[in-house]
Amino acid sequence: MSEATEARTPEERTPEASVPAPAEPGRGQNLLREIMGGSLVISVLAVLIALVVGAVLIAVTDPAVQQASGYFFARPSDTFQAIWNAVGGAYTSLFQGAIYNTGKTDFASGIQPLMNTLSAATPLIFGGLGIALAFRIGLFNIGGQGQILIAGAFAGWVAWSFPMPFPLGLIVAVLAGIVGGAVWAGIVGWLKARTGAHEVIVTIMLNYVAFELISFLLRTPGALQAPGTNNPKSPAIPAAAQLPGLFGVRYTVTWAFVLAVAAAFAYWWLMSRSSLGFRFRAVGENPSAARTAGIGVERMYVYGMAIAGGFVGLAGVNQVLAAAPGGFSSGFDAGLGFDAITVALLGRSRPAGVFAAGLLFGALKSGGYLMQAANDVPVDIVLIVQSIIVLFIAAPPLVRAIFRLPTPGTAPKARRRPAVKEAHGQ
Amino acid sequence: MTAATETPHLPDPSPIVLEKVEVRSWKVPIALSVFALGAVVLFIAFARSGHTTFRFTQSVDAIKLPDLTVPSAPVSIALAIVAVLMAAASWWYVAARGRVPGWFAAVFAVVFLVGFLDWAAEGDRPLPFTSLLLGAVTLSVPLVFGALGGVIGERAGVVNVAIEGQLLAGAFCSALVASSTGSMTAGLVAAAAAGVLVAFILAAFAIKYLVDQVIVGVVINVLVTGLTNFGYSKVLAADPEHLNRRMTLPDLPIPGLAQIPVIGPVLFDHSIIVYIAYVAVAAVWYGLFHTRWGLRVRAVGEHPQAADTVGINVNGTRFWNVSLAGAVAGLGGAFFTLGSVGIFTKEMTAGQGYIALAAVIFGRWDPIRATLAALLFGFASNLQNTLGIIGSPVPSEFLLMLPYLVTIFAVAGLVGKSRAPAADGVPYVKG
Amino acid sequence: MRLELRGITKRFGSLTANDHISLTVEPGEIHCLLGENGAGKSTLMNVLYGLYQADEGEILLDGEAQHFAGPGDAMRAGIGMVHQHFMLIPVFTVAENVMLGHEQTRGLGRLDLAAARAKVREISARFGFDVDPDAVVEHLPVGVQQRVEIIKALSRDAKVLVFDEPTAALTPQETDELMAIMKQLKEQGTAIVFITHKLREVREVADRITVIRLGKVVGQAEPTASNAELASLMVGRSVELTVHKEPARPRGDALVVDRLSVIDEFGQKVVNDVGFTVQAGEILAVAGVQGNGQTELTEALLGLQPRVEGSIRLDGRELVGRTVREVLDAGVGFVPEDRNEDGLVGAFSVAENLMLDRSSGAPFVKGANVQSKALNAFAQQKLEEFDVRAPSIHTPVGRLSGGNQQKVVLARELSRELRLLVAAQPTRGLDVGSIEFVHKRIVAARDEGIPVIVVSTELDEVVALADRIAVMYRGGIVGIVPGDTPRDVLGLMMAGEAPETAGEAA
Repeated sequence: MSEATEARTPEERTPEASVPAPAEPGRGQNLLREIMGGSLVISVLAVLIALVVGAVLIAVTDPAVQQASGYFFARPSDTFQAIWNAVGGAYTSLFQGAIYNTGKTDFASGIQPLMNTLSAATPLIFGGLGIALAFRIGLFNIGGQGQILIAGAFAGWVAWSFPMPFPLGLIVAVLAGIVGGAVWAGIVGWLKARTGAHEVIVTIMLNYVAFELISFLLRTPGALQAPGTNNPKSPAIPAAAQLPGLFGVRYTVTWAFVLAVAAAFAYWWLMSRSSLGFRFRAVGENPSAARTAGIGVERMYVYGMAIAGGFVGLAGVNQVLAAAPGGFSSGFDAGLGFDAITVALLGRSRPAGVFAAGLLFGALKSGGYLMQAANDVPVDIVLIVQSIIVLFIAAPPLVRAIFRLPTPGTAPKARRRPAVKEAHGQ
Repeated sequence: MTAATETPHLPDPSPIVLEKVEVRSWKVPIALSVFALGAVVLFIAFARSGHTTFRFTQSVDAIKLPDLTVPSAPVSIALAIVAVLMAAASWWYVAARGRVPGWFAAVFAVVFLVGFLDWAAEGDRPLPFTSLLLGAVTLSVPLVFGALGGVIGERAGVVNVAIEGQLLAGAFCSALVASSTGSMTAGLVAAAAAGVLVAFILAAFAIKYLVDQVIVGVVINVLVTGLTNFGYSKVLAADPEHLNRRMTLPDLPIPGLAQIPVIGPVLFDHSIIVYIAYVAVAAVWYGLFHTRWGLRVRAVGEHPQAADTVGINVNGTRFWNVSLAGAVAGLGGAFFTLGSVGIFTKEMTAGQGYIALAAVIFGRWDPIRATLAALLFGFASNLQNTLGIIGSPVPSEFLLMLPYLVTIFAVAGLVGKSRAPAADGVPYVKG
Repeated sequence: MRLELRGITKRFGSLTANDHISLTVEPGEIHCLLGENGAGKSTLMNVLYGLYQADEGEILLDGEAQHFAGPGDAMRAGIGMVHQHFMLIPVFTVAENVMLGHEQTRGLGRLDLAAARAKVREISARFGFDVDPDAVVEHLPVGVQQRVEIIKALSRDAKVLVFDEPTAALTPQETDELMAIMKQLKEQGTAIVFITHKLREVREVADRITVIRLGKVVGQAEPTASNAELASLMVGRSVELTVHKEPARPRGDALVVDRLSVIDEFGQKVVNDVGFTVQAGEILAVAGVQGNGQTELTEALLGLQPRVEGSIRLDGRELVGRTVREVLDAGVGFVPEDRNEDGLVGAFSVAENLMLDRSSGAPFVKGANVQSKALNAFAQQKLEEFDVRAPSIHTPVGRLSGGNQQKVVLARELSRELRLLVAAQPTRGLDVGSIEFVHKRIVAARDEGIPVIVVSTELDEVVALADRIAVMYRGGIVGIVPGDTPRDVLGLMMAGEAPETAGEAA
C-alpha cells in the first residue's frame, strides 16, 4: 500500500497530534452527515438526470415536436411549445398513473394509482431485499428470475395440491414459495462453497435452467399444467391460498404489501442486530479476515444465498398468489429479477433504501402504463430511466461533475471487489 | 572491469524444488462415469426398437452421399458399452498416470454423442446430419462474436457482462441503418459502431469511475433493452415502409470448398458475416499471442502496475480494447438481423450475450477455445431444433438447458481448472 | 549520468510525504537512502520514476531539468528501477517481460522474441546471471526474478538504477550476491540509488548515505558511521534495540508439533515434515526468509490449511483436522501476518472488530441478538487498556494507523483465555513506538505462562524476543537453537545450512 497510510504514523508518536475523540454521534447526526456527505443528494440528482434523459427521448420521438422542428428557424416557439406539451403531458400522465389521478372526482378513485404503485412496488421490494442481502455478503445474485420462477411454482403447486382452509392454506403456500426460492439460490451458495464456482455465472445459468424447467412442467400433465387443458398454463389458485386485498377488491394492493413491510423489518433486524447478520457482513467485507476469525465463510455463502433466495422467492409468491391468481404461464417473473438488482443498488442495500427504491420504481412502472396509453410513450422508457438512475448513483464523481458540486472532504476510497475477480477464476 | 573481478559467484541456478505430492483429480473419471451411466440407462434400459437413418446430403448438393440406416438398439447399446469401458479406463488413467489425456475425453464425447443421436433419432424420418451441423455453425456465429468481445475485454482486465447489450444494440442499429440507407455494408458498420458506443459507457463507468464492472454490465443490458424497445416502438415500427424492412446478406459459397460433401455446406456456404467471424477468430488469436498489441493487452490484464512501470498507459489500453471488444460484439449483433431473419424484433438476442459470456469462461479466456465452446452451445440448441422436427423422446426443454448446465459444470471446475487474467475486474488506480 | 533532486515535495491531502528533499547521485556511486518504514523513501522514488508527480521541486539529469509524465518518460531518460514488489507479469516468460513496453516486431506485427531472447542472454552473460529467457517468471525463485528485474532495467540502457528495498525477500547469500552485482554496476559507471532500512547493507556498499525521517532529509552520514549513529538518525532518538525481559520460566511442553506437513494446491509440500515443541511460558521464534513455509505453518496451526498431515497437539488435544472455530475455542490466539487482509474488517468499527472471533454465543451474543451494550462497554475498556488512539469505538478500523490497528488485533486476541498465542510478523510496517508496545505485550503474555510462537523475517525481532529460535528453510526446520545464537549463525541457517556446520563456518 501507499506510504500515505504508513506516513500517518507520526501522529501517534506525538500525543498532542492525536485526534480528539468527539462525542459518539447519535443516529440523527448520522443521518445529517449522510445528507451532507452527499449520498442522498446524489440519489436525488441521479433521478433528476434520468428524468431529463427520459424527457429528451420523449421530445425527439414526438411527432408534433418533429413536425415543429421542421420549421424551427421560422418559428422556434412552436418547437418549444411542442416539446413542453410532449414532455409535460407524458410526465403528468406518469404522475397521474403513479400517485393520484386528478381527473377523478372522488378520492377513492383518485387514489387508485397510488394503490397500483404499492402493488407494483411489492415484488420489487421483496426482490430488492434478496439481492441486497446477497450484496452484503459480497455475492452478486443475478438469479432473481430463476428464484422467482421456482418459488412461484412451489407456492402455486402447494396451494392447489393441498387445499386447506384460509389462512392455513395461504401460510403454507407462502412458506413453500420461500423454501423454493431458498433451495434454488442455495444451490448457488453450495456450489460456490464447495467448488468456488462464481455466483454471477451460476445464477445467470440457473435463470435459464429454471425457465426451461418451468416451461417443461407447465406443458406436462400431472406436473404444473392445469388438468384438462393443453395450454402451458397452471390451474388457478384456490381462494383460501390467495393473498387477499388490503383495502378490499377495489384496489390491486394486497396483504403482500404488508408482508413486504414486514420483510424489510426482518431484513433490518437480521443485518443490523443479529449475530448471523454480523457474520454475513464480516464475510462480505473481508472474507479472509472472517475465516481467520473462525467464521465458516463457505457456510455463510450457503446460508446467505438461501436466505436471499427466500426473500426473492416472496416476489414469486406475490406474482402467483396475489398479482395473477388465475394461474400462471412460464414468463410470470416479468423481468422482476433484473429490476430487483436496480432496486437493491439504488437502495444501497439498506432496508429503508430498498423499500424507498422499490416504491419509486413501482411508481415509475405503474405510471409508465398510463403514459403509454395516454401519450403513446412506450413503457420501456421506465427501463431507461431506471437504469440511468442506477448508473449515475454508482458514480457519484460524475454526478458531482455534472452539477459542479464540491467533493466531500473525505473522498471515498475505491474499494476493490476481489469477489468479482476471483469470479471467473475457477 | 578488472580481472580481480567482483564477478558475483553464480547464483544457485536450481529453482526451488519442493517435494511434490501427487494430487490426483478424480473429476474427469467421475464425470465420464456419470455420462456412461446415463448412456446405459438411456440406450439399454430405454432401448429403441426401430432403425435410425443418418442423412449426409442435402437435396441441392452436387455430390450425393447415400443415407446410412442402422438398427437403433444394437448400435446404441454397443456404444453404451464402449462408453462404460472408456469410463473404466479413465479411472485407470488417473490411478496409473495421474490424469486422463485430452484426446481420450474427446473420443468419449464423440462416442456418447453418436450413441445419443442414434438413440434419439430412431424412427422413419432421417436425421439430417449436415443441416444439424450447419445449424450449429449458424447459431454459434453471434456467440463467437460475443465471446471474442468478451475475451478481448477480459484479457485487458475489464469484465464484459454487457455483451448482451452490445449484441442487442448492434442488431438494432444494423437494422435501422441498413434499411434507411439501403446499404447492408452501412448496416454492418453501424452494428460495430453501436457496440462501441455501449462499450464506451462500460469503459467510462468501469475505468474512470471505478464502478463495479458486473454492476455496470448488468445495468447497461437493462438500459439497452429499454432503449431498443423504445426505439423499436417509436422509430422502427412507426415507419414500416422505410425502416426495418427485411434485408438479409446473400450467401457467398466459396468455389471449390463449398462442394465438398458435408463440410462444404456446413462451413463454406455462408454470408459474409460468417466469414468475418472466421477471420476474427484467427485475428484475435494471432493478435493476442503474437503481436505487441496482444502482449500489452495481456500485461494490463494480468499485472497493470507492472505494465504501468514500463510505460504502458494502463487505463488507455483498457479503454480502447474495451471499445474494440464492443465493436466485435456489436458486429455479432448484426447477425441477428442482416445475417438471419432480416428484421429487428424486441429483445431478439434473448440472452445470447450471457451465453457468450459463459463461452468465454468455458473457453478459459482463449479465443480458440471460446469459439469451440460457442460451437458446442450452438450445437446443443440446434440439436433441440432438429430433434424437435423429426420427433424424439427427449423433451426439448432439456436440450435447451444443456448449454447452461454444461456451463455450470464448467465453472464448478468439473472440466478442469481455469485461471482468469489476474487483474480481471479490478480497476487500476495509481499509487 | 548525474542525478539531482532539488526540493522535491509531494503531498497526499493534508499529509506531506516528501518535504523539500534534495540529493545528488554521481555516476559510479552507490547512494543509500536510509529511513524507517513510512519515512517517504518509496514516495520519493515513485516521483523520480514518474509514477507520481511532485507538487514542488525538480529532477535534473546531467544538469537538465526533466519532466516525467509517466514511467515511460523516466525510462527514456535513462532511469531504471528494481521494485520492491517485482513488476513482472507472472505468466509471461522472461523474454516477454523484458521486451514489454519497448517491443520489436517483424512482419505482420509479429513480436520479435528472438531479439528479446538474445538481449536477455547478452546481459545475463555480461553479469554472470544464469537466466533462461524462455522460463515463465512465476516458476522462478525470488532471487532469479530480481535478476530479471535488473535485466529489464539494463535492457533499456538505464544509467541511473534505483533499488527499492531489494533485499526484503532474499536470503543472506542472495543478498551478498546482489551487493556484488551492485558494485559491479557501479564500476561500469551506473549511478545507483539504494533504498533500504537495513543498516548492515548500507554500511557494506554505500558511498554516501542520506537519511530520511518523516518525509524530510535529516542528515548525511559516512559509511563508516556506527549502527547506533545511523539508527538514531533514522528514528530520531536513541533506540533500544532490545526488549527487556526476564529469563523464561518454561513449565513443560504445551504445544507438540510432530511430523507436520502442509501440501498446497499444486501438490507441493510447502511445510515439510516439521516437528517442534513450545513450552508454556516461553517464546519460540520462527525465523527465516519470507516464503519458506512460515505462513503456511501458522495457517496450519490455526486450521486454515486444507491439506495437512501429521499432528499438532495442544495440551494433549489434537488440533489437526479441526475447523478454525474449534481451534480458536481450544484457546489459540492468532495475530495474522497481514492484519488488513486477515486480521481486521476495515469497514467495521473498532467494537465490531473486537467481537469478530466471538460472533456467536457469550459474551457478545444472546440468542440470535448481538448484545451491543456489553460489546460497547468491552470495547471502551480495551481501547483504554491497549492505548488505541481512535476517535471512538465506532470509528471504522480502516481509518486507524497501522500501529493502532495492530493494537486492536492484539486486544482482541489477548482478551480471550489463551492456551497458545501465535503472532506472525507482529510488528511489520509499524513505527518504533508501536513495536515496543507490541513486544511488551507479547512478553507479558509469555510471563503469564502462555506458550508463544512468534514468526518474523526480521532478525532483530527474532533475537529480541526469542527464548528459542527455529529457522525455516524451504518448508523444513533447519534447526532449533537457543535464543542467544549469534546472528551470523542464524544467517547461514536461513540459507539452509545445518546449525552445526553453520556454527563452524561462522
